[in-house]
Amino acid sequence: MSKITNEELLNSINSKFEGKITVVGEPFGMLTIETGTDGIIELLSYLKNDPVLQFIYLTDITAVHYPEQEKAIGVLYHLHSLVNNVRIRIKVFIDAVDCHIPTATVLWNGANWMERETYDLFGVIFDGHPDLRRILNVDDMTAFPMRKEFPLEDPNRVDKKDYFFGR
Amino acid sequence: MQNHPVYTDNDPQSENSTLNLGPTHPATHGVFQNVLQLDGERIVSGVSTIGYIHRAFEKIAEHRPFYQITPLTDRLNYCSSPINNMGWHMTVEKLLGITTPKRVDYLRIIVMELARIADHIVCNGVLGVDTGAFTGFLYMMEFRESIYEIYEEVCGSRLTTNIGRIGGFERNFNTKAFAKLRKFLVDFPKTLKEFESLFNRNRIFVDRTRGVACVTAEDALNYSWSGPLLRAAGVDYDVRAMNPYSSYEDFDFEVPVGENGDVYNRFLVRNEEMWQSLRLIEQALAKLEKEPSDIFHADVPEFYLPPKEEVYNNMEALIYHFKIVMGEIPTPTTEVYHSVEGANGELGFYLVNDGGRAPYRLHFRRPSFINYQMYAPMSRGMLLSDAIINMSSLNVIAGELDA
Amino acid sequence: MSDIQIVGAPPGVEGAGFFATSLDQAVGLARANSLWPLPFATSCCGIEFMATMASHYDLSRFGAERLSFSPRQADLLMVMGTIAKKMAPVLRQVYLQMAEPRWVMAVGACASSGGIFDTYSVLQGIDEIIPVDVYVPGCPPRPEAIIDGFMHIQELVKTESLRRRDSPEYQKLLASYGIQ
Repeated sequence: MSKITNEELLNSINSKFEGKITVVGEPFGMLTIETGTDGIIELLSYLKNDPVLQFIYLTDITAVHYPEQEKAIGVLYHLHSLVNNVRIRIKVFIDAVDCHIPTATVLWNGANWMERETYDLFGVIFDGHPDLRRILNVDDMTAFPMRKEFPLEDPNRVDKKDYFFGR
Repeated sequence: MQNHPVYTDNDPQSENSTLNLGPTHPATHGVFQNVLQLDGERIVSGVSTIGYIHRAFEKIAEHRPFYQITPLTDRLNYCSSPINNMGWHMTVEKLLGITTPKRVDYLRIIVMELARIADHIVCNGVLGVDTGAFTGFLYMMEFRESIYEIYEEVCGSRLTTNIGRIGGFERNFNTKAFAKLRKFLVDFPKTLKEFESLFNRNRIFVDRTRGVACVTAEDALNYSWSGPLLRAAGVDYDVRAMNPYSSYEDFDFEVPVGENGDVYNRFLVRNEEMWQSLRLIEQALAKLEKEPSDIFHADVPEFYLPPKEEVYNNMEALIYHFKIVMGEIPTPTTEVYHSVEGANGELGFYLVNDGGRAPYRLHFRRPSFINYQMYAPMSRGMLLSDAIINMSSLNVIAGELDA
Repeated sequence: MSDIQIVGAPPGVEGAGFFATSLDQAVGLARANSLWPLPFATSCCGIEFMATMASHYDLSRFGAERLSFSPRQADLLMVMGTIAKKMAPVLRQVYLQMAEPRWVMAVGACASSGGIFDTYSVLQGIDEIIPVDVYVPGCPPRPEAIIDGFMHIQELVKTESLRRRDSPEYQKLLASYGIQ
């Protein structure tokens, strides 16, 4: 199926980034590693430009919010090497209040809207992004809706009677 | 002598004009806005605004059990809902470690390929309408009705289908469904051939679409394009071939690849994909003859609801029913990413689970959203009418754009 | 004789070469059978509308052959699909640009009441911003249901009095939405 195994992939990454990454696991066959904000662009650019690995396809950038953790927001990158048919997931955990991370638009143009969506929904600020503004929600919204403390339903509704909803 | 106006530098005629294309516009098939700066007919620059139908699917999904998220996935790419449904079911089955029997896989392939044909009918038909040719669209929409009838036999609904359950299907396909499917396989190729003869070598259509919006493979990969758009640019990346799911590896099909990524290539790639889908459906029907005809779901009583007669008569079934609906069954606390080949590209589901009934985080990797970001940079320097054709060929479905 | 049904004449006095009825009935008949809809299609209901306009269900049998995408030339605003709060000002602008007489049809659960999307970003029914005449429930409604809603609109149009738009009740209704 894939031309290089996860072990070879990990060895190749460790040869340059030993100590800067931690292996989270291999859920369902996809190698998942974690790194910090200072080394993320180097790691992504190594994965993209290495002639053996060739992770030229950025599948997605998204984020997860774990409010109990100290570094609450985890930014996720999914990369795909089309030549070798192998995928990798990279996580970077950042603080929820001071959430800055360098932008991946220096490597892939496709990261532009993916990062704007992550900013819009989670509030993650991508340093160096050419046009970081809201994309899905209304422009004058102040909160970040996908964070766990934001409610799903509109709290300003007046026509919903709690009696009928069992509240 | 007449008084001709003299254009000076601060004359308003020498500035660019701003055109607001959308969000309600007949040519943008969906609600998204483009504010374009025009120099006459040529676009100088453009800014896209989306989010006019942001329905917060990912937030809703954190509050719904797995089986209640399927109707949400329907409404992502609503022209080909079964593909979204099957993709979601396969993601949850991957998480829970459920393997579906071969018959379920073959039935799923039939449903997904019908959905792909339905989506390409709309996309190519509407591309024809945008160039001014209404006939092809009307003749092809009739077969979308036939596909709707097949869906109705399977799940009861036409458009937002909610087909299938985690582990299989909710009921077996009846003989009427197979009869309608066979009739479709006989009638549709004739109309598709007629459609191709109307457009493929039509001088007007070729002049309007060939050479318009050429995209190189490097640019397409840089913008994370996928699906027919990427294949028209020359990259043969198809999730069904690269990471096969649902027994696609047992099937024999080709992945059509274009040359220079222009609108004409995208049109041809989609047409050829419809032929390949028909081939896949025929092979699936042939393979179904060899499977026992009463299996339509995997044997997972913890996640697949037992039939109602057993729930009211059998203690074990009652307990399983209660546990499934109330969410008492523990699920693995891990994360999974699964992708399927949607009609527009790689539709991915990233699911982070915390062991409860509802996901902790569900993210949809939506191909229309990622494909559309190239539209504004791509339309720089294009004529306005070419930009409209370009937008039609990108097949941006608003539900998938904004989620 | 062919079995094609044509629209029945309103009650009136008929003679050789003339037909006498009241003006509002004649005008209502003409308007009802030549409505120009504005398909404000945002999501899935829009695809069912496409199926309704296609040859199988054919809305143009009812006179709605000419779709108008410009609100200035449209009679009937068919809102099909979810209206998010970002889209609400656009919908209101489109409604304000329509000239009298105008009717509004909310097609689908999302346009009628927000549908299954009870979230922070979805407008819970377009009747929060514009007055609605007919609601068509369904998710999405079948084309037969959309045609049924259209026929209800036709009934409303046929039986509307010519003075209705100047009446104080109508002015009060528009004022409650903040429309002059």
